[in-house]
Amino acid sequence: MKNALLSLFALALTLGLSAQKFSTKTGEVSFFSDAALEDIEAVNHQALAALDLDKGNIAFVLQIRSFEFEKALMQEHFNENYMHSDKFPKSTFEGSVLNPEVARKDGTHEIKLKGKLTIHGETKEIAVPATLVRKGNELTIQCRFTIKLGEFGIKNDKVENIAEAIEIRVNTTLKS
Amino acid sequence: MHFCKISSLASWILALAFFSSIPGFSQSLLDELEAEADAAQEKEYAFATFKGVRVINGHSVEMPAKGELLFIIQHRFGRINTGFSEMFGWDQASIRIGLEYTLPFSERFNLGFGRSSYGKTWDGFLKTKILKQSKPGSPVTLTSVNAMTINTLPWANPNQENFFSSRLAYVHQLLIARKFNSWFSLQFSPTLVHKNLVPETRDQNTFVVLGFSGRAKISNRVAINAEYFWLVPGQEIPQINNVDPQGALSIGVDWETGGHVFQFQLTNAQAMFDMGFMSETIGRWDKGDIHFGFNITRTFSFQKKGRKTPKS
Repeated sequence: MKNALLSLFALALTLGLSAQKFSTKTGEVSFFSDAALEDIEAVNHQALAALDLDKGNIAFVLQIRSFEFEKALMQEHFNENYMHSDKFPKSTFEGSVLNPEVARKDGTHEIKLKGKLTIHGETKEIAVPATLVRKGNELTIQCRFTIKLGEFGIKNDKVENIAEAIEIRVNTTLKS
Repeated sequence: MHFCKISSLASWILALAFFSSIPGFSQSLLDELEAEADAAQEKEYAFATFKGVRVINGHSVEMPAKGELLFIIQHRFGRINTGFSEMFGWDQASIRIGLEYTLPFSERFNLGFGRSSYGKTWDGFLKTKILKQSKPGSPVTLTSVNAMTINTLPWANPNQENFFSSRLAYVHQLLIARKFNSWFSLQFSPTLVHKNLVPETRDQNTFVVLGFSGRAKISNRVAINAEYFWLVPGQEIPQINNVDPQGALSIGVDWETGGHVFQFQLTNAQAMFDMGFMSETIGRWDKGDIHFGFNITRTFSFQKKGRKTPKS
């Protein structure tokens, strides 16, 4: 009897904690590079993301190999020559929403994200503004920011003439 | 009764310990996601086992991506040991130009053809990817090559009755390759060569050649390749100009620059299609019968890669 009560209690506790937790396995993260010869664009539809509104915590994890390119050869070079995805298979973001309370209501809100971005095995603190759209149990996070390849130890050997800075675009819907 | 109380207390403690270990209590959000990502890890296919569709002379397991067309120029100068008057082979260059197309509906089928100045030969082949190396999954990539060549030289004996079929030769090959790590790959290529017409009655029409090739990547864009085609002894392989054919031994460097792959090599073979370099190589490394050469490939893609709809 006591055990049953305890289980109920524990269940209620976990439910209570997860009520403000939103997540997805199909987040969309893309990047765009404005290069001299040809623009390079790739999209990843399999980003994992989670946001805990109570604590204001947010995290993203994506597999580098899951970026899809227009040309297969570009994808191969991206993985083999630039991102070294065999050594650094994942890219992550771990941080916090500085003003999570705005997201308690439905509507479009401006939020601020701050945290550690890890790409190619290098971690860097970033702070970016983002838009959060809440519709009931759905949160959509959209943001765009620019990173420099050099800051993440990604070498541009000038053979392919790729841009030094690329724009990362996040458009991810999380559900509770 | 007393014991009972203790055991129920113990179960309380156990239960608490159990629940406090549930992810979310002790782990960070990122740890949770990383664990989830690792658990959902899909089959990982090996890519870029070799940089080019040829290791040097022989086919590699690589093919252009689905719907892509590859243009290949292969060039071998004459023998280096011909000296200054021939500009160390400059004057007797041999060339092959070809196209290779992977079908738009399946990445597994690749059709190619080419024309070589060596023996005025047309060649065509079907390359089929049977297995792809993956983790977890197959430890090797398995590709087959079925090739046919048509020699269009004038008949050696125009006075006798000559048949078109005498111009034909066939090569059937299995390519078994493994990418061991990001810089090292090996390939084994057991091959059957069949020539419809052989000069002597003692000559075999069909014989076995075993190919061994490897690549070692030394930098982001440069790899060193080597390959050897071993003519299995004990076979009567048709002679060329009264000389026994030699195994084709080649070493080369791959240099990859985005859309192009440049391959430079030293080899004792001058033909650049399978039947030719496998069974008609008479140059010997120990005598300096070495050809310098290069392959250049350029890939063209016509279709936009369809973007997958997100999985739910």
